[in-house]
Amino acid sequence: MPIEPVYLDHAATTPISPAALAAMTRELSRNGNPSSLHGSGRRARRVVEDAREALAAAAGAHPSEVIFTSGGTESDNLAVKGLFWARRDADPRRTRILCSAIEHHAVLDTVEWLEKHEGAEAVWLPVDAEGTVSLEALQAELEAGAETIALVTVMWANNEVGTVQPVAEIVQAAHAHGIPVHSDAVQAFGAVPVDFAASGLDAMSVSGHKIGGPVGIGALLLGRSVRLTPVLHGGGQERDVRSGTLAAPAIAAFAAAAEDAAAHLAEERNRLETLRDRLVDGVRKAVPEAVLRGHPTRRLPGNAHFTFPGCEGDSLLFLLDLAGVESSTGSACTAGVPRPSHVLLAMGLSEAGARGAQRFTLGHTSTEADVEALLAALPNAYARAKQAGMAGHASRIQTAGTR
Amino acid sequence: MIYLDAAATTPVRREVLEAMWPYLTGEFGNPSSHHETGERAAAALRAARADVAATLGCRPSEVIFTSGGTEADNLAVQGIALARAARDPRRRRVVISAVEHAAVTASAEFLARVLGFTVSRVPVDSQGRVDPAELSGLLDDDVALCSVMYANNEIGTVQAVAELAAAARASDVPFHTDAVQAAGWLPLDVAALGVDAMSLSGHKLGAPKGTGVLYVRSRTPLEPLIHGGGQERGARSGTENVAGAVGFAAALRLAEAARPVQAARVAALRSRFIDRVLAEVPGSLLTGAPEERLPSVASFCFPGTSGESVLLELERAGVTCSSGSACAAGSDEPSEVLLATGLDRETAQTAVRFSFPAAVAEEELEEAAERVRQAVAAVRALRAPA
Repeated sequence: MPIEPVYLDHAATTPISPAALAAMTRELSRNGNPSSLHGSGRRARRVVEDAREALAAAAGAHPSEVIFTSGGTESDNLAVKGLFWARRDADPRRTRILCSAIEHHAVLDTVEWLEKHEGAEAVWLPVDAEGTVSLEALQAELEAGAETIALVTVMWANNEVGTVQPVAEIVQAAHAHGIPVHSDAVQAFGAVPVDFAASGLDAMSVSGHKIGGPVGIGALLLGRSVRLTPVLHGGGQERDVRSGTLAAPAIAAFAAAAEDAAAHLAEERNRLETLRDRLVDGVRKAVPEAVLRGHPTRRLPGNAHFTFPGCEGDSLLFLLDLAGVESSTGSACTAGVPRPSHVLLAMGLSEAGARGAQRFTLGHTSTEADVEALLAALPNAYARAKQAGMAGHASRIQTAGTR
Repeated sequence: MIYLDAAATTPVRREVLEAMWPYLTGEFGNPSSHHETGERAAAALRAARADVAATLGCRPSEVIFTSGGTEADNLAVQGIALARAARDPRRRRVVISAVEHAAVTASAEFLARVLGFTVSRVPVDSQGRVDPAELSGLLDDDVALCSVMYANNEIGTVQAVAELAAAARASDVPFHTDAVQAAGWLPLDVAALGVDAMSLSGHKLGAPKGTGVLYVRSRTPLEPLIHGGGQERGARSGTENVAGAVGFAAALRLAEAARPVQAARVAALRSRFIDRVLAEVPGSLLTGAPEERLPSVASFCFPGTSGESVLLELERAGVTCSSGSACAAGSDEPSEVLLATGLDRETAQTAVRFSFPAAVAEEELEEAAERVRQAVAAVRALRAPA
């Protein structure tokens, strides 16, 4: 077993980049509340505004469209609740939310909360076997009753199987009916080209710690004319859309990570795709019965997601971890009860088929040696996981979180 | 520069940065991941939570890490009110004091504007204090939540939280207190205070911005505000900021260890500073309570000036302070807090707040008092007809 584990779970979180760490430590050593009018406050404000410009440039947005939040989850909550409330208040008939069936829990659970508490009606847009949202289903819902729709929310790229969604087409279809669109771009941003302005989106969530920034910082990119009811109320920071003292150090570090990711996106994407393809080929050779899930080509460069027949994903994760290789089953578990991934079920897998899921995600520190370590450990781990079997046995390990 | 705006924010302490460092670098795992890197992060988070709980005298499971004081206040006010109303539909009213921070006030207004609640405001006296008997009079079986801050951010007035919480308990109303400014200066034992929920912010204590805690007593119903992966026992979703939590715990522990000595020392300095300013600046008046006030806050009005011009003059003279809440900085409106204490609008617009870091030195305050005298005189001379 290697001293340092091989980390193949970059979609859960990725180590901070040197540029981000430098910005973070620089700002942590300085004082100032960006809302204060005196010298240290104005200096902290400049740091935040420079970061806003840098992040906006990296995301193809205008600086005034950047709303800093505490992370991707808060951004998703703010977009979905905020758009829903604002649209419903303007027109009480607008209570339907069109939402893909494979959203992250931050969107999914927020939509369900609005259903339970605020009279919303969720319309789950189906996906095909490769995890791509059905544009026909979207079109049909829009034509059947656009006047009752509050918003459409479809993620840019899926966190489990890595499928990249046809965001431009979704926006075009929804905007033809005057419906605003939000996209959770937490996994896509920094990994594939993401241009907020070109996408036409009204709101887009991004997160710091998925791109080499610190945990606890994110942003919602929000079109300048889009009205949104806040979730966090108070001092009126961030266009009065998100109150709370601005965390200048985390914001500066997030922007540094975003700049870095944008500057090296093309080469890093190529590098990761090459590594990922090697990983996929290697897994298929080592375990011919493993099935790659998600879209074969329109997928995140660092994502390889498989189902391994005849074993529990939890067991495989545990055995790989023992062998010093860290991965994820890819399905979030909120209640502590392992259950098959809603993403895989939406793609048409059976519960049994969905249970052998394992996600390997590469990032900025990944090397060929990491891939080789996985390929060396996998056959034995899989054989033992299969021996442990599936049916009836209580799993010792809970499914891993995806964020 | 003499920094007397610690109520706006404080620098990150060196020990805090050192405690955080491993989790900003090598120990980067996501606590929800079930491999070794994730488990180590989860262990660090558990330790930080236990550490905070030990200081507050509560169970670790009663500590919810948030993105700061504002989120903690929002979660408490909205979360408890919504959950209580869900259990008992008659309870659709929240009671807050007239001097709350905007995070509480705006949360209550949101409950009213969007979610169909009503809001009652319990007034304060001229020193900014809420009368427990008056609060009792506003509490009934239609109230879902009562929120009164521990110590005011603008005028430093400390409320009789234990008595107010007892009044709420007598009416079976959950009681929340915003202790963002009190932390580090006043006792935080939640059992002694008798509160059901309490908000804390990291960056007022020497931890980084973007960290906070909401204490919620175990049987208090709470509806989450941010939904998703189900972190923080479902009360607050979002990847846990392990480095931030570790930093928060370290800062709270350090502040609490130093508190008995620092609070007495700084309170004495503050009283001397107040006496000097009142004696040497003609017409100056103290806002807030003379006795029941934070050791760290001295707040005044200087009639015949404008607060903003005194601030500018003081900054030129090397003293950093503020007119009140940093969140409201730049606003032309007089402070709601000062109006609630009965000041007229004109006087309220001459407010200046000095808030002291724990390490403030006697010489700094002697120097600052002198510069305040000069600054007010200079502003008045400019405004006087030639």
